[in-house]
Order: sequence, then C-alpha cells, then structure tokens
Amino acid sequence: MLLGTRDILSLREMSRDDMALILDTAESLREIIYRPIKKVPTLRGKTVVTFFHEASTRTRTSFELAAKYMSADTVSLSASTSALVKGESLKDTALTLEAMGSDCIIMRHGVSGSCHYLARMVDAPVINAGDGMHEHPTQGLLDMFTIRRHKGSLEGLRVVLVGDSLHSRVARSNIWGLSKFGAEVSLAGPATLLPEGMGAIGVKSFARVEDALPGADVVMVLRLQRERQGKGLLPSLREYARLYCINGRRLALAKPDALLMHPGPMNRGIEIGTDVADGPQSLITEQVTNGVAVRMAILYLLLGGASE
Amino acid sequence: MTLVIKGGRLLCPERGTVEEGDVLCRDGLIEAVGPGVAAGAPAGAEVFDARGLLVVPGLIDMHVHLRDPGLEYKEDIVSGTRAAAAGGFTTVACMPNTSPVVDHAAMVSYIVGRARQVGVVNVLPIGAVTKGLAGKELAEIGDMSQAGIVGISDDGQPVWNGELMRTALQYSSMYGIPVIAHSEDRHLAEEGQMHYGAWSAVLGLRGIPAVAEAAMIARDCMLVELTGGRLHVAHVSTELSLSVIAWARARGIAVTCEVTPHHLTLTDEEVARTGYDTSTKVNPPLRGPADVEAMRKGLREGFIEAIGSDHAPHSRDDKDVEYNFAANGVIGLETTVPVLLTEIVGKGHADLVTVVRAMTLGPARILGLERKGRLAAGMDADLAILDLDHPWRIDPAAFKSKSRNTPFAGWEVRGLAAATVVAGRVVWRDGQICV
Repeated sequence: MLLGTRDILSLREMSRDDMALILDTAESLREIIYRPIKKVPTLRGKTVVTFFHEASTRTRTSFELAAKYMSADTVSLSASTSALVKGESLKDTALTLEAMGSDCIIMRHGVSGSCHYLARMVDAPVINAGDGMHEHPTQGLLDMFTIRRHKGSLEGLRVVLVGDSLHSRVARSNIWGLSKFGAEVSLAGPATLLPEGMGAIGVKSFARVEDALPGADVVMVLRLQRERQGKGLLPSLREYARLYCINGRRLALAKPDALLMHPGPMNRGIEIGTDVADGPQSLITEQVTNGVAVRMAILYLLLGGASE
Repeated sequence: MTLVIKGGRLLCPERGTVEEGDVLCRDGLIEAVGPGVAAGAPAGAEVFDARGLLVVPGLIDMHVHLRDPGLEYKEDIVSGTRAAAAGGFTTVACMPNTSPVVDHAAMVSYIVGRARQVGVVNVLPIGAVTKGLAGKELAEIGDMSQAGIVGISDDGQPVWNGELMRTALQYSSMYGIPVIAHSEDRHLAEEGQMHYGAWSAVLGLRGIPAVAEAAMIARDCMLVELTGGRLHVAHVSTELSLSVIAWARARGIAVTCEVTPHHLTLTDEEVARTGYDTSTKVNPPLRGPADVEAMRKGLREGFIEAIGSDHAPHSRDDKDVEYNFAANGVIGLETTVPVLLTEIVGKGHADLVTVVRAMTLGPARILGLERKGRLAAGMDADLAILDLDHPWRIDPAAFKSKSRNTPFAGWEVRGLAAATVVAGRVVWRDGQICV
C-alpha cells in the first residue's frame, strides 16, 4: 500500500505525508489530461463505482474521467435510480456493490459520517466525495494542489474562507488540510453561519468580511446553500449579497496577487461577483482541471500500488 | 419460605455504613439484619454464603424502556426483567412510550399483570402525562394511579405546552406522584444528532446545545413553584441544568433529578473516536468534559439523587444505518453496575455508598416506595449481592436483553452482580437466571 490509509474519509484523519504523496503524484499525472489520447493502462481491469445520493456535476464527472483516463471501468449509481428508492438500505446496497467485485466505492451522501459507516461495511477502499456537512477531502486536496501550483508552498499562506462555513464540507476539509501544511486559515461570514470552537484549532473567525481580507494570499468563496435561508439563518439573500459578496471592491482588500477560488457551483451575484469570477485572479476553472489530476492520483495510490 | 444471606458485608445506604453481617428473609420480607442473625434461622432455610461479597438493597432503575407491548422486537417484559436481574436490579420503573401508549388504566394493568406472570423482577409502570404522548390533553392520571403507576412522563419528548405541564403538575399532586420530565426545547434540539460544541462542528453533525435542556428545566421548576407539584428531571446531562436545579432548590422548589451511567462516563468526543458509531447516539446526547465532570460532582455530593440507566433497547436494524437515521438510545441494565464500579467508584469520582444510595434509597424516595431501598427489618426482601473485584470484559452477545446497543462493548471492567434476590427468592446467581 502506498498510502498509510485504506480509505479517503477526511483530511482531519489523514497524515500530512499521505496528503503530500497525493499532491506530488497528481503533479506528475496532470499532463495526461492534456494528451491527445488521454489513456494510460495503469488501472486496467479495475472497477470503480460512483454512488451519489446527492446531485453533482463536477465531482462525479471528475472522478469518472479520472478513472477512465487510467483505463479503469466505471459504474455510476444514483440514489434516485437505484434500489434505494424501493427502500433498500445503504448497507444492503453497499454489500451488493461489493459482491459484484467493485474495487473502489466513491460515495456522496447527505448524512455526515456515512462514508465512515460504509468503510466499516466493505473491504474495498471508500472515497468520500462529500458527506453531509462533514468533509469533502478530494475537494480540499484539489484546492491545496491548486494553491501550491501558484504559490509554490502552502507554508505561511493566509487563506480566507468566505461564506457559509457552518454547513460547508469543503470548508472543513480545507481547514484541516491547509492547517497541516502550515497555512493560516480564517473564516469570514455571518455569525449564524460560522462553526463553533474553531479558535481551539487555530482558525480565526470574522463576522465582517472586510476585517478578514487584508493580507490574504487566497480568497476561497464558499457556495451559499440557498436552502439555508429557509431555516432563518439569514434574513435575505439580498442582504447577504450586500454584506458578503466577494466583488472587485472586496477582493482588492486582499494582497494584489491573491488567488480567487470557488468550489462550485457558483451563485453569481450572491456570494461571488461575475466581475471577479471571470477575472484574472480567478482559478475557478483550473480547480476543475486539477480536480481530475488529484483524483487520478488518489485512485492510482489506492488501487494501482498492488497490481500484479 | 426463608432465605439467609450469611457472612456478607452489608451496605446500609441510609446510615452510610458497611459492616459484616447476615440478612434473614422470610415470606418476602426482611426479618432481621445484622451480625449473627443467621443463627435465628429455622432449620431447612436456604443459605446463601455471601463471604467476600457486598450485600446491598435491591437496585432500582427508575428509568427503563421495556418496549412491551408493541415493540417486542427490541425488548419485552421477559427479556427486560431478566436483563435487570442479571444487572443486580430488583425493581424497574418502565416508561409509557410503548405501542399502544400506557395512557389509561387497562394498559397499566396489562404491564402489572404480565410482569407478575412472566417477569423476574418488580416492574412499576410509569403512565403518560398526555393521551398518546401527543401533548394535547391529560391522560387518565387518577385512574392509572389507582392501577399502580408510580409517576407520569411523556419521556422521549417534552410536554411542550407550558399550560398543559402546569395542569399535569397540579393534577398529579393529588396522587403524590412525580411528573418525570424529559426536558428539551424542541426547536433548539431540532434535527440534533449530538451535543453542540467543538466536536459537532468538526464532525458536521447538527448539535443540541445545553440550553435546550436547561431552559425547559427552568420553566418546569417555575411551574412547580406555581402549582406545588413534584418534578423529577430525567437524564440530566449538562452543567447548566444542574445550575438551574440548584437555583430552584435555593428557592425551595421541590425538584429531584437522575443521571445516566453514560453521561457520567462518556463525552461527545466518543462520536469522533468511534468514527460515527451509532452506539454513541442518544438523547440527551453525550456532552462535553465539563458537563461530565459536573455530573460526577453532582452525584458525589448527593445533589443528584438517583442513577437511572435510561435503558433504551433498539434492534440492530434500528442502529445499523447512517448516523442521522439511527434511533436514539443505549441499553444500561447489564452495564450500569460494572461501569459505575469501575469508572466512578474505582476512579474515585464518588464513593461506593453514594453510588449505591443513588440506585436504592434515592430512587425509592423519589417514587415513594416505602418498603424498598433500605436494608432493614420490615422491608421487601429485595437484595443485590455484588462482587466488587471480579474482572471481566463486557460482551453484548451474552446480554439477557434482546438488544445490543451499548457504547460499553468490549470495556474491561471490575465488579458485577453475583446474585439478585427478589422478594426473598434468588433469581440470578452464578451467571444464570434461576427461576
């Protein structure tokens, strides 16, 4: 085994060495995406299942392309088209997938901790593609990878996460991953959308985004999950946009060479202004490309190491 | 029928003493207690050699879910009372959230009758506060009281309507029974999966803050002052709640409380440590370290009068699902004694007499059980005979309960119930039910 872990469940539980190995491996695999014939035989004969209980464009496609570029066979299963709609439990679905010989199960699920639960049930490696409000480790790794490509190192960088970090699995993975590499992570957002107790792990929280941005090397905008407004955590989207939307004026408070990132999908005009989303500091589409490279690296390290 | 417990160390929770002696039981009652009373036993009396063992009044668990009728796949009166006997408990008070709900006298009679027929220990039903636990109108509290309930509770949910709680306290005061409150602000606790704190933030699970419990306790204490009823707070779990209760007592408000073994021993970190294992999911949730410390202090100082396990059996299917979908609850009858002896007495958080008192005299007083909870002539001959030193490993597969949902599986513990005596009959001995 090349990694110290069998499953990719959270960056909180992943060692810095494992993360570094994934990032370095992604660096060497990334060029495959730009080849005219995007196919290497590394994972030929391996079967990868993506099992998504929530909607997804980029994560699912990214995993499937990463697997295909390395010649693995992929099967995709959605909650809405599986026997889950007939009331089959996650447990029975997972055991069924494993019984058919899946070599790896990539799951997204609305309930935090579901990938831990899945990993206890099956022998195949499990990759967390986002579980509830907990973590989205491959997103965290691709964000770290993207920052590292532009800044050389993560050590000492000031990274500000803006928006709904309370409900954000992307935020949690970035907090752990970046902190382990010596970056200084801050959160900015309305008090109702900031998680509890972050000070204890060295993360600062700011209710005024203008206070968080000065000196920032990276501004990472989080998606505002519109359904949160219905829970009364925000008075209105309009007010949120007025106070927290990262636009040209606010981005200018960060360092001049600050990187602008967003995990997608974006709500343009709510958490991010179109002017900066499509502007020169934006790495939003590069994040998508890098996501494929990082997922290729993870699949290679989990499945390729022991091949005959 | 005569039974002599000979040569044990007798723990008297009332006087706080432990001394060598015998217990003579005749026709279901304790006839004599003390050194040498075995000599007065008639020829042919059954003799139990208790040398090296601790003899205490039969343990009382005032917070148990027997799931009978309606949810027998989780537990029933047979399995639940066998689990109780195996754990040293001679009396359990069972909660009314069965199917149908225990909200009228016929249901009370069913439980009392069934327990007499097939039960191994004493079963005291608790009736519902409101019909169907729906929180709309009072259940037939008077009628149920005459049929044998020892308290009323909508356990599992709060009596959300303050006016209804006021009425329940007033009405139940006519019968001298306590209202046992499951204290929880529904909105603050909505969709909550664990304690609100640093771990809920890390794990991305919606948290239930301490105020969700303490705020309702405050309301109910003030209603006691208004009505003169009796309030017992079930499974108290936060430092804030104990502060509220202290405030109420300082005003002269009659309020008692109980704590569970898991809230005395486990913190919210357990959810992370186990990788979201659903055996850690319980309501109220496992709290933070300061809360656990406050529970231990409250028990140690006698501020918390009772230990109740909130024995809440669930089948494997109820628990073997995603965390948010799992049922709340852990079982406790067969783990309370070893866990408390090992983790609380063994580690010096509270002394043996105090812990035993909270499982005997404490609950007996709260429930008004005049013939239980003491080691004295004239009491019911209910006894637990404990081996304080026996080392073993908790193995859920060996439980008498139908369910296995415990966060203590695999724990190395010291101490167990060597024998259990109900109404002068040995019902549990040497790891066997013997009735």
